[in-house]
Parts: sequence; C-alpha cells; structure tokens
Amino acid sequence: MKSLFRKLMLTAALVASPFMVQADGHGDDLTYILVSHAPDSDSWWNTIKNGIALAGDQLGVTVEYRNPPTGDLADMARIIEQAAASQPDGIITTLADFDVLSGPIKAAVDQGIDVIIMNSGTPDQTREVGALMFVGQPEYDAGLAAGIRAKGDGVGSFVCVNHVISNTVVAERCRGFADGLGVDLGDSMIDAGQDPAEIKNRVTAYLTANPETDAILTLGPTSADPTILAVKEMGIAGDIYFGTFDLGTEIVTAIKDGTIKWGIDQQPFLQAYLPVVVLANYDRYGVLPGNNINSGPGFVTADALGKVEEFAGEFR
Amino acid sequence: MSDTANTDERVKEMSSLRRALIRPELGGIVGTVAVFTFFLLFAFDSGMFNVQGVMNWSVVSAQFMIIAVGACLLMIAGEFDLSVGSMIGFAGMMIAIFGVVLAWPMWIAILVTFTICITFGALNGYIVVKTGLPSFIVTLATLFILRGFTIFIPQTVESKTIIGGIREAAEGDWLASIFGAKIAGPVFQWMGDMGIIAVFTRGNRKGEPVVDGIPMLIVWAILLVIIGHIILTRTRFGNWIFAAGGDAQAARYAGVPVDRVKITMFMFTAFCATVFAVCQVMEFGSAGADRGLLKEFEAIIAVVIGGALLTGGYGSVIGAALGALIFGVVQQGLFFANVESSLFRVFLGVILLLAVILNTYIRRLITGER
Repeated sequence: MKSLFRKLMLTAALVASPFMVQADGHGDDLTYILVSHAPDSDSWWNTIKNGIALAGDQLGVTVEYRNPPTGDLADMARIIEQAAASQPDGIITTLADFDVLSGPIKAAVDQGIDVIIMNSGTPDQTREVGALMFVGQPEYDAGLAAGIRAKGDGVGSFVCVNHVISNTVVAERCRGFADGLGVDLGDSMIDAGQDPAEIKNRVTAYLTANPETDAILTLGPTSADPTILAVKEMGIAGDIYFGTFDLGTEIVTAIKDGTIKWGIDQQPFLQAYLPVVVLANYDRYGVLPGNNINSGPGFVTADALGKVEEFAGEFR
Repeated sequence: MSDTANTDERVKEMSSLRRALIRPELGGIVGTVAVFTFFLLFAFDSGMFNVQGVMNWSVVSAQFMIIAVGACLLMIAGEFDLSVGSMIGFAGMMIAIFGVVLAWPMWIAILVTFTICITFGALNGYIVVKTGLPSFIVTLATLFILRGFTIFIPQTVESKTIIGGIREAAEGDWLASIFGAKIAGPVFQWMGDMGIIAVFTRGNRKGEPVVDGIPMLIVWAILLVIIGHIILTRTRFGNWIFAAGGDAQAARYAGVPVDRVKITMFMFTAFCATVFAVCQVMEFGSAGADRGLLKEFEAIIAVVIGGALLTGGYGSVIGAALGALIFGVVQQGLFFANVESSLFRVFLGVILLLAVILNTYIRRLITGER
C-alpha cells in the first residue's frame, strides 16, 4: 500500500510538470472544457454542443462538453474540480448557484486556468470568482424588456411557467417580466417540473382556475412545447398573449401560426461559440475583449423567421 | 488453519483457497483491479492520478460509500430504501431552514435534522414490518413525500428553492466542523512546499497546495465502512441481519427479533443519508431542492456491484465499499478519459451488468448453488 502511494505521488509529480508548461505555452494543442448545469434531458443544450463543435473545428482546438446527468449542482461542482484536475487551457462554465460553484471555480482560476462564465451568472459574480468575462443574457433585464413590451400590448396579468424552479437565475426572468408589467409576481410563477405531460396539465389547471389570466410566459422549450399544446387544446391559442424565452422547432412553428407572439432569443450559439473564440485568441495572441458580452435578448416575431426556421434547434 | 486438532466433524472441510474465493467481496476486488488497470492504461496522463485527480474521484467514491454502507446492511436484512436520494435533499434543506432561516445554532440544527430523518427511517421500517408490504413500494412513497416537502417548505418560507449562507452560519460550530472540516492540512502544505504536489499559482491562495486537506466526508466514509463491517461480521447483531434477510420466518423461530433488526437498519440507512447531506451542505454552503436526485439507485448499484444479493441474506460491507469505489472511479474516470459525456449512462449500465453477471457466475461456481 505504501509503495503504491509513493508510486502515485511520483506519477503525480511526473505528470503534473509537463502539463504546467503546456498550460502557459502557445502550442496548437489547446483544450477547453465546457461544464453546463443542465440534466441530460434538457434538449436546449444541443445548440451549445453544436456551437462548441463548430468553434472547435474552425479554430483547430479541442472543446469537450460535460454536465451532471441529473442536473444536481453538487455533482456539477465535482465535475468542475475534475475538469481543473485534468489541466485544460480553459474552462467555460455556467454559474447556476454561486454558493456551490464559486469555490471550485475560484480554485481552478487560482491554478492558472482561464475561466469564462456563460449563460447563468451575473457580471458581479463573474468578477468575484476571477473569471475573464461573462457571456450571456442578463436575465432580469431581458424579462423587464419583455414585460414592458407586453404592457404596451395591453397585458395586465400573467402566469410564468417555470420548469427549472431550482435555478434562481432563470426565475429572475419572471421577476423582470412582472416588474416590466408593473404587477406583483405573487403566485404567478408555477413550478411545472420537467415532464411534458405534467407541464401541460399544470398549465391547463392554472388557466382553468384563473380564466382572467392575460398572458403566459414560458422559460424555455421544455415548458413552452407542452404549453403550446395546452393552449391549443383549450382553444385559446392566438387569443391569450403568449411569450416565451428561448427558441426551438416547436416554438418557431407556434410563432408562425400565431400561437406565440414573440420568442426571446438569448442566442445560446453565441454563448458557446464566443467563449471558445475568446479563449483561443487569448491563449494564442494574448488579446481579450474589454467587457462582458451580451448574447441577448433578441425578440423573434413572425416577421423575421427565415434563418431562425432554417437553424432552429441546431444553431438557433 | 482448518486442519487443527479441534475440527468439528459437522463442518464441511474446505480448502483455504476455496474459503478465500467464496467471499462476497471477490467480485468487487476483481472489478476494482480491472477498473484501475483500465484507467491507468487509458487515462494515465490526463491528470486523473495527480493529487487533485485522486482527491476528485476519492471524494466522489466516498459519497457513494456513505450511502452504500446503509443500503448494503439494509439489503442484507432483506429490504430496500428508495427514499435515500430524497432524504439527502430533505436533510440538507432542513439544516438550511433551521440553521439559516430560523438562525438556530448549527449544532442544534444538525441534531434536530438527524432526529427528524432517523424518525422517517424508523417510520419506513415500521410501516414495512407492520403491513408486510414490500419495502420497494413503501419507500417509493417516502421518496415522493420527502421530495415534495423539500420543494414545498423552502418555497413557502423563502419563496426560492435554493437556500444559501449555510457555510457562514456554521462558522466555528463544533458539530458542523465534524462534517465539513478538512484534516491533515499541514501534511499537504508540507508536500506543496516540497514540490511534491502542485500549488496555486495566482490569486489570494497563491502558494497553498491545490489540495489542502482530506475532507471529513472521506473520514466518515471509512469510519462507516469499518463500523459496518465489524457489526456485520463480528457481532451477534450482524448474524441477526443475515438471518432476517435470509429467511425471516426461520429467523423468528430461532428467536431473532426480525422486526427490530429491520427497523434499525432503516434508521441506519436514514442516518447514512443524513451524514451525506450534512457533509454536502457544509462543503457547498447551500441546500437545493434538487440535491440527491437518483442517489438511491446509485447506492443500490454500488451495493450490487459489491456482490450483495437483491433478495437479501448475502453480501458484505467491504464489497459495497469496493462497489462504491468502482462507481466513483468509473464516473469521474470517464471524464478524464474524454469519453463523450452522453455515453456515460451506457458505460454505467454495461459495467453494472458485467459486475452482476461476474458476481453471480463466481458465486454459483464456488458455492455450487444452482
């Protein structure tokens, strides 16, 4: 046992030394790891996978995708620790829960690994963990913009269908929307769960119990797709004011047929693609943009659907 | 050993090799060797075997070990507990509610949480024993009940599902440090100074080693394995556990308090889940409603890889610990080996199947059972 331990220690020293050099070098063997908080079942992240694959091809770097299979954030912390232990040139990660993830991310930064926060997190948190920048959509502001728009269209009350109730950052969208409308969030946010049938039934139940609801806000394809079915079945499609965050094939079809008024595109492709570009150019030439990058919000309405339709679910 | 003068003629003679082979942990030992050989070959230079890498898969394995010990003893006693994962989420949330929202001293919060969770364990056991229903169904109900509370309570109290600030609230608390502290820090600092292990190269922890101690989580795992092993193999109670799981009716005739044994084992499983939860919230500083999802199956998988029988009456704590080690090493090792992450479950399924087939085959071969 003792000799095995010694061997491991020796191995560790041997293995660590060449990696230390490589991490600071300008070699063409750049490796980045993207760690997401999404469970395997969340199809939205497919765009992210396509984004890093394309960036990797174009720039000649290796980008790996890792996620906790069940979406358990404590497991995600272990994956970030694991990613740091494998000494990549950079880590791109979400900051879905600051308490859980800040420790592992800080440790990675302090080991000399460059980190970019994407998708979830705030500019302040990004600065605090010592990451290079934040690439994503400021969620509260996006919700606020949507709320103001909806108020202009005459909306007074709404229901927010939240399929990721444990993600505090995503809930900010509902808060922003409520503030934009100038109403109290109160009980307007429902915990819909991840299962499509469950989501559909919860929405139906809510709208039946609260028939005076003016608008529906869904927070992504996971909650939007079943909600589309629900409003169609209830015969209020096109009648109720329906807005959604993020895009997907079903959402695009629904925007086209008038069921959904608008989709807010946070352009996940950019959240995956740009960090790789930034990291690769930083490692190769030492150049770095001076600010955080806002990948969204962009409103997608029935008027501008051509490119969106072509690439929905793939790059949009 | 067996050929001493005081041989009992009623005990069948058995060679010591054969005796060594019929141990339930054999499959686990073979699996551990195989898994380490595999990753030494394919992921040797990936950082998996530097000090951070070793700590990474050790912590993950230790997590599995803690819940596997409880699940193992319960499974040997002939019952399942599917509420382990929900119990982990629930226990973490209770600590957050008591310690942060109600601002109780952390040691009281921890003790009250242990009491509540062990009571739920006892309730599981009581219902199973009194109604004779399969524990699979009873604990499936507990799975939903506890998960429901874990989402409902924080949403009602705080209108969010993640409650943070536990680390700050636990600062300097004597009981919290038993779960959240790290030991042997100076040893790692010394190794860092000597250049044996890597140190932080920037930031306000510059010069500190990248691994600054052994988390109490690992100490708990090792302690639970040792205690579980001693109880199971060296005490009368251990024999009762085997008897209760092997043939409950025969055990009752022989005077074994089967009901008491089973309820105690349900309580012990709940205890293990709570230990897991407390270590987790102390390390990460927040409790979330989605913590511990599917952990009950991971515990059962570790136990089964370790050679225990799903039908009860056969198994070993050391085997379960090895099963947990295999599980942890494979899970993290696949990341190190750069295996496409969506294939993780495929590998997991294949390894589980191989382990069970290997175990069954070895057991049949050796014991001669059909």
